[in-house]
Amino acid sequence: MCGIAGLIYRDGARNIGAEMTAMLQALKHRGPDSTGFAMYGAPGPNEYILRFKVAEKEDLGGGGTKIHRAIAERKAAVDAVLEELGVDVMELDEPTEYSLRCRISYDGGLKALADRIEEVEGAEILSIGNALELIKDLGDAADVSGAYSLGGFTGTHGIGHTRMATESDVDIRSAHPYWAYPYNDIAVVHNGQITNYWLMRRQLEREGQRFVSDCDSELLAVYTAVNLEKGVTLEESLRRSIDEIDGVFTYLITTGNELGMAKDTMAAKPMVLYEADDLVALASEEVAIRAIIPHEIDTTDPYDEEVRVWQA
Amino acid sequence: MAGVGESVSTQMGMHTEPLTGRDIKTKFTLENEGSFGYDFARDVDFNRRAEIDCADLEPTAINSKIRELMDSGHGSIVVRNPGAKHSLVVGILNRMNIIVDGSLGYFGCGLLDGPTVRISGRVGWSFGENMMAGVCVVEKNAGSTFGAALRGGDLVCKGSVGSRTGIDQKGGTILVGGDTGAFSGFMMQRGRMVVCGNAGKNLGDSMYDGTIFIGGEIQDLGVDAVPAELTDLDRAWLIRKLGMYELLPEQGVDHFTKIVAGKQLWSYDNLEPTEKKLVL
Repeated sequence: MCGIAGLIYRDGARNIGAEMTAMLQALKHRGPDSTGFAMYGAPGPNEYILRFKVAEKEDLGGGGTKIHRAIAERKAAVDAVLEELGVDVMELDEPTEYSLRCRISYDGGLKALADRIEEVEGAEILSIGNALELIKDLGDAADVSGAYSLGGFTGTHGIGHTRMATESDVDIRSAHPYWAYPYNDIAVVHNGQITNYWLMRRQLEREGQRFVSDCDSELLAVYTAVNLEKGVTLEESLRRSIDEIDGVFTYLITTGNELGMAKDTMAAKPMVLYEADDLVALASEEVAIRAIIPHEIDTTDPYDEEVRVWQA
Repeated sequence: MAGVGESVSTQMGMHTEPLTGRDIKTKFTLENEGSFGYDFARDVDFNRRAEIDCADLEPTAINSKIRELMDSGHGSIVVRNPGAKHSLVVGILNRMNIIVDGSLGYFGCGLLDGPTVRISGRVGWSFGENMMAGVCVVEKNAGSTFGAALRGGDLVCKGSVGSRTGIDQKGGTILVGGDTGAFSGFMMQRGRMVVCGNAGKNLGDSMYDGTIFIGGEIQDLGVDAVPAELTDLDRAWLIRKLGMYELLPEQGVDHFTKIVAGKQLWSYDNLEPTEKKLVL
């Protein structure tokens, strides 16, 4: 059934890494296979955070020394691409052997950068953004947060997902959230099924968009990014999605400074909303919100076709 | 060919578990026919009160603790710090009092038959699902499918509720102090639903029978849901029922709209299987 959660502070940055971890850990019973975070830190001028991986976690299990050599070669190949494109890598972290985080300075287009990196065998971009950092891996929220040192992540807003694998594999590639490839700072988490997924994907691909998975959630990210690029506001895009996207869904979508929510016409997928002066928190179950606000609170379930957008 | 009754599948290795030694006992006999209670219900004393602190307990452990207290004769149990955990206070077939000091998550108070439950906070999805008898009062808001497949008793939410309230309602009474979402009363079969506030779209869609009373605006009616005359009997019932739970509006009940099934979709036999047997 999977669990989704999101939060946004309206008056400045907080330790959202620890809070998102607590929220998602409280939703572990809705999906223990993998956990993902899309969180927004402090953007620097002309800077991007690039998160990518060069192997799946499970590859390390039976690959012997061969996989370690392949990982090193893939990293070197990505380094060569970055150098060729004139990307200045100002900071490099390797939270795990197979995943990397780079703070980069880059003047070119994100699509050119993303496409070139993904040409390297085994290299898959999780996100590129001024503020967005998308982290996902196998295990529960505590496992992933611990492995990627997210406990101290400071930012204004974020969304997350706990996955119960249904149709696709238990791997990082199939984990959520999804970044809107190759758009700056857009990510999505979703509960539900989109029944006109292939129809809409075909239309978007014919317009030149690229999908990096066969997951219907990714469609929402790309769909929104395309709308935003055309000058449509996030709120209007969310409203249009209720008419244009078939199925049952509740989704949370984030941009550099916004968190949006939309619920389909049947309101068949859960969402609990808590709004305070400084904080808005949403989750599939109230228990996730209570993980960061221990005292009794007043919450509501958004109704059918409800669309909301909050600013950081 | 093996004869009927021989363990052919066992011989074929399809299953090997022993079929003896089970401790399942017969629960209902001809001797206790006519009794609406359960012979196996706990003998509890309403004056014996106990508290459970749920802060560090998982849902299964909390429900087990409630049963342990019932086994030891406690008829009034206070559930503290429930923390919006799911599936709490379920499957209780006793007359007794339960007070929940806080909020419950999804599937709270499902499959009840008899207890009186008061919840000071909010409840999540599918609260009171399939309740057969008893009373549940929620002081704040509730999630979607509040009272799904309700069969009996009073299910009360003093705040607003989500979508599909009383979906597949088969009896009992749902009372809502605030608003209700879309598709409320969907496939309703029997019972009554009263909403003091507004109702979302497709109210009473495909309802077979039952009655819905709405105090506020109705976004639109579902297929085969039609307005009906509010009778004096309806008014008297609404005043009594809403008054019981301090939900009676200051202006009275004359403004309520009554919705019933048009019965153009399906000729629904509203008898329960057990009642059918009695009639036949």
